[in-house]
Amino acid sequence: MSQTTPTTPTRVGPGPTTWTPGKVGESDRRPDGVPKVTGEFEYSSDMRLDGMLWGATLRSPHPHAEIRQIDTSEAEDLPGVYAVLTHEDVPGRKVYGMEIPDQPVLAWEKVRYQGEPVAIVAADHPETARRALEKVHVEYGVLDPITDAEKAVQEDAPKLHLSGNVLRRIRILHGEGVGAAAKADVVVRGEYEVGMQDQAFLGPESGLAVPDGLGGVDLYISTQWLHIDQDQVAESLGMDPDQVRLTLSGVGGAFGGREDLSMQIHACMLALETERPVKMAYNREESFFGHVHRHPAKLRYEHGATRDGNLVYVKARLVFDGGAYASSSNAVCLNAATFACGPYEVPNAEIESHMLYTNNPPCGAMRGFGAVQACFAHEAQMDKLADELGLDPLDLRIKNALKPGDRFPFGQEVPPPAPVREILERVKVMPLPEEQEVMGRDLRGLPGGVSNVTHGEGVKRGVGYAVGFKNIGFSAGFDDYSTARVRLTVEDGEPLVEVHTAAAEVGQGLLMLQAQIARTELGVEKVSILPADTRVGSAGSTSASRQSYVTGAAVKLACEGVRERLFERAREELGEPPDGLSVEAGNVVRDGRTVVPLAELLDGDELEETCEYHHRETHPLDENGQGDVHLQYAFAAHRAVVEVDVELGLVRVVEIATAQDVGKIINPQALEGQIEGGIAQGLGLALMEEIQVKEGKVLNASFTDYLIPTILDMPTVKMEVLELADPEAPYGLKGVGEPPTIASTPAIVAALRDATGLELTRIPVRPEQLAGVSDGPPLPDEPTPGGAGYAEVGRLDGRRET
Amino acid sequence: METKSIVAVRTTINGREHSAEVDSRLLLVEAIRDVFGLKGTHIGCLTGDCGACTVVVDGKIAKSCLMLAASADGREIQTVEGLARDGKLHQIQQSFWDEYGFQCGYCLPGMMFSAKELLETDPRPDEAAIRHALQGNLCRCTGYQKIVQAVSTAADRMSGGTNEEREDDHRDDTPTR
Repeated sequence: MSQTTPTTPTRVGPGPTTWTPGKVGESDRRPDGVPKVTGEFEYSSDMRLDGMLWGATLRSPHPHAEIRQIDTSEAEDLPGVYAVLTHEDVPGRKVYGMEIPDQPVLAWEKVRYQGEPVAIVAADHPETARRALEKVHVEYGVLDPITDAEKAVQEDAPKLHLSGNVLRRIRILHGEGVGAAAKADVVVRGEYEVGMQDQAFLGPESGLAVPDGLGGVDLYISTQWLHIDQDQVAESLGMDPDQVRLTLSGVGGAFGGREDLSMQIHACMLALETERPVKMAYNREESFFGHVHRHPAKLRYEHGATRDGNLVYVKARLVFDGGAYASSSNAVCLNAATFACGPYEVPNAEIESHMLYTNNPPCGAMRGFGAVQACFAHEAQMDKLADELGLDPLDLRIKNALKPGDRFPFGQEVPPPAPVREILERVKVMPLPEEQEVMGRDLRGLPGGVSNVTHGEGVKRGVGYAVGFKNIGFSAGFDDYSTARVRLTVEDGEPLVEVHTAAAEVGQGLLMLQAQIARTELGVEKVSILPADTRVGSAGSTSASRQSYVTGAAVKLACEGVRERLFERAREELGEPPDGLSVEAGNVVRDGRTVVPLAELLDGDELEETCEYHHRETHPLDENGQGDVHLQYAFAAHRAVVEVDVELGLVRVVEIATAQDVGKIINPQALEGQIEGGIAQGLGLALMEEIQVKEGKVLNASFTDYLIPTILDMPTVKMEVLELADPEAPYGLKGVGEPPTIASTPAIVAALRDATGLELTRIPVRPEQLAGVSDGPPLPDEPTPGGAGYAEVGRLDGRRET
Repeated sequence: METKSIVAVRTTINGREHSAEVDSRLLLVEAIRDVFGLKGTHIGCLTGDCGACTVVVDGKIAKSCLMLAASADGREIQTVEGLARDGKLHQIQQSFWDEYGFQCGYCLPGMMFSAKELLETDPRPDEAAIRHALQGNLCRCTGYQKIVQAVSTAADRMSGGTNEEREDDHRDDTPTR
C-alpha cells in the first residue's frame, strides 16, 4: 500500500449569497441565478482539493447471497491505492437507517440486494480506484432471492432480517368497516399495480470528505437533511456529532432520493483512514443502485355506494415492496394507509397496508410518498363507480368531496381549509383545448411525434380527471422542527439581515423564500443567506413539502424576535410608545413616518436571535388505525387531455389543467415551477418511468433504458391556484411540492381509458397495453450486453459476472 | 502490463488556446472538466441521453460525453463559461434567469446551448420549434414550460431593437456579479 502523507487542507467554499430579494408574495429572480447561468455554481460533483483521492464502491452483483470471504490483498498491492476497506473497518455502528438502522454500511455475512456496497477503496485516480475494485475478491454463496412481496410472508420464505420479512402492517377500521356493505346498492372492485419509479435527479450523488487532522472530518455533500446525515455518519464512525461537520454543496435535484445516505459514511471512512481528502462521485448507472426508489405496489380495492352516488364503504388492501432495507418505508406505509380512500367523505372503511422486505432494490422516499400509489387506485375506482352508476366522474367526486369538519377514516377531523369541491369545480369549468384535425397534421403534433409512421388514422382523444392530497410536514408524533439564526447588522451604512439555517436548497427556491421572509419581516433591502451547514441547529428534511412551512416559520420567528428587540430599543432610547411601530425600507416607522433609521438605532451593534419552530404535535395511529396523525393537508385536482394512437400505442398528452390549494403564494414563479415540474414526474409515472427488475436484478440502470419525460412529452400546463389561508401556518401557506405529482398520474391514465376503452390497471402504461397486445407487466427480455464499460468489474446488473 | 496511449490535444476553448497530453480514451467532457478545469459543463449520464454536457464544437452543438478529447484537437470549443462576455450576460442566460427556466440548474448549460443554436438558425421560433430543438436535453425539475418561455423571451430580445444593438447579444444592464 502506498505511503500516506497527513495533510489537512482547508476548503474554501462558496460564501454567503447577498442580494435584494422581493417581499413575500412577489416573483423574484433566483439569487443563485447568475452563478447557475454562468456555470460558476459549484455542484458537489465539481469539488476538488489538492492531494485529494478518489473513492469507489464495490457492489454486490447478486440480489441475495452469503458472503463467504472477502480478500482485499491484491487490491491493496495495486500502485496508487491508498485504502481498501470492508465491514471490519467500520469504526462504530455497522448499520444505518433513518427509521430503523438495518442497512449495513458495508455488507457482512450476507448481501440482500443487487448493488449493496461490500467494499470501498481510495486511490489517486478514479480509474485506479475502479481497477482496484476488480482486484477485491469476494466469494459469494448465491441464494434464491425473494422478489415478490406477497411471497415474502409465506411460511417457507427465508427470513431476510431477524425481525422477519414484515416491515410494517397497518390496519384502519372506520365506522362499520365492510359490515356496511349491505347498505351499498353498487359495488366495484379492482386490482391495480404501480411500477418502481426513480427520482432521476440530473446530478448523480457525490461528496467530498476532508479530515481535519484532529481525528474529525468535514463532509461537503448534496443531501436533503444535513443533521440526520450527521447523526448517522457520526454513529457509524464512532464519533461525537461535533467531530463530523457537514456543509451542503450544490445539489442537482433530489425528489426524495437524497434523504437516505449514499456515500456519506464511506467517504468519511476513507478520508479518516488515508488522512487525505476523498472525493466520491457516482455515475448514472451507480446512481440507480445508490439511492432508494418509489415503492412498487399492488392495490386491491372494493368501493360500495348508494344508487344516487354516495360512498358507503371502501375496502382496500395495499401491498408495498420495501426492498431489502427499511429506509423510510414505515412512513410510506402509514401515508398510503391514511390516504387510501382519497379526499372523500367515506363513512365506513377497512384498510390494510402492508410493507414487506424482499431482495429487490430498497425503496423509500420519492415525491408523493405513499399517496401516489393509493391515488392511482382510488381514482381508478371512482371512475369505475361513476361508470357503474351512470354518473359523470367529476360530479361523483364533487358529491363525495371531503370538507372541513368531516372525519378522515383514521379519525382525524379535516382541518380547514380543505377545498376539494372547489378545486374540482375549477378544473371542470376550465376551457378544454380545441380539438385539432388529426389527418394532415404536422408529424410533430401526432402521438409519438416524428416516429409516428401513420397519417393519424388511429388517433383518439380522451379526457380524464383526478384529485389527490398529501400531508405536509412529518407526522405521527415526530417532533418536526427547524432552526433559524437571524442577525441584523449594518454594512456600509446599510442595514443587512443575515439568515443562517441548515435547510437544503435542492433547486426548489428555498434560499429565495427565506430571504423574502427576512425582508418582509425586518423591512431591510439587503439580505444575506449563509451556506447551509451543521453549525446551526437542524432544519429537518427538505421533504414532505415541509420547508416553506417549517423553516419558513423558523425564519419568521427569529425575525420577529429581532424586530421586538429593535422596538424595545426604540422605546428605551427614544421614548417611543410601545404600540404601532413597524419596520419599512430600512427605517423604524409609525403611521408611515420615519421614527429612526435602523442603522442609527443599531449604532454599530448587532441583534441576533436563534429560534426553533416546532409544529403542532401529531400522534401515531392506535391499534384500530385511529389518531390525529398529520399536520396539514394540501389538495390538487388535475384534468388531462390525451391523444392515443390506438394502433401504435403512442400517446400525446395534449394538456394538463390543474387547480391547487396553496394557502398563500410566497413566490408566484417558484410556485408555478413546482407545479409544472411535479406534473412532469406524474406524467413520467403514468407513461414511461419504471425501473425494471427481474429476479432481483435491475435491467435498465441508464437514461438510455430508463426514460423520463423530454420537452416533447410534456404539454402545456394550465393552472389555477387557490389562496385559502391555513390559520396555523406562517402567512397561511401550504406546502406545494408534492400535490402536483399525485393526481396528475391517474388523470392521465383516466384520459387514456377514455380514449381507448381499455381498463389499464397498471402504471406506467406501456405502448403494448395501449395497442391491445399485452395488459401485463413489461416484457421480460434479457437486454444485450453493452453499456458503460465496466465489464471486468462484474456489472451491477449481472449481465457479465467474473 | 497495460500501456496507456497518450495523445496531444490543442484546442481553443472560449477563445483561449489550451494544450494537453491526454489519455486517448479520455472523453471530451472529462477533459473539459478535469484537464482544462471548466466545471460548468456537467455530467449527467455519460451515455448521450441527458444533454447536460452539451457544448459547441466548431459552431455546432455536441454532447461532449460522446466525443473523445483527442477528437477536439484543432477545434474550437465554447462552454458555458464563454457565454457571458465582459461581465455581461448573454440574452439567453438573462432570459433563463428572468423566466425561472431552471431550478437545480444542472441541465442548464446544455439547455442554453441547444437554445442558442436554435435561435441562430431560426430567430423567431414557435413553441413547436423550441420543443423540437430542445428534445435532446433532459430537465427533471421544471416540467419544461418555463424553459419554453425562456427561449421565447430570448428570441424576442435578440430579434428586437436596432441592428447595432443586435450585434451583441449581451445585456448592458445586468452585471454578472
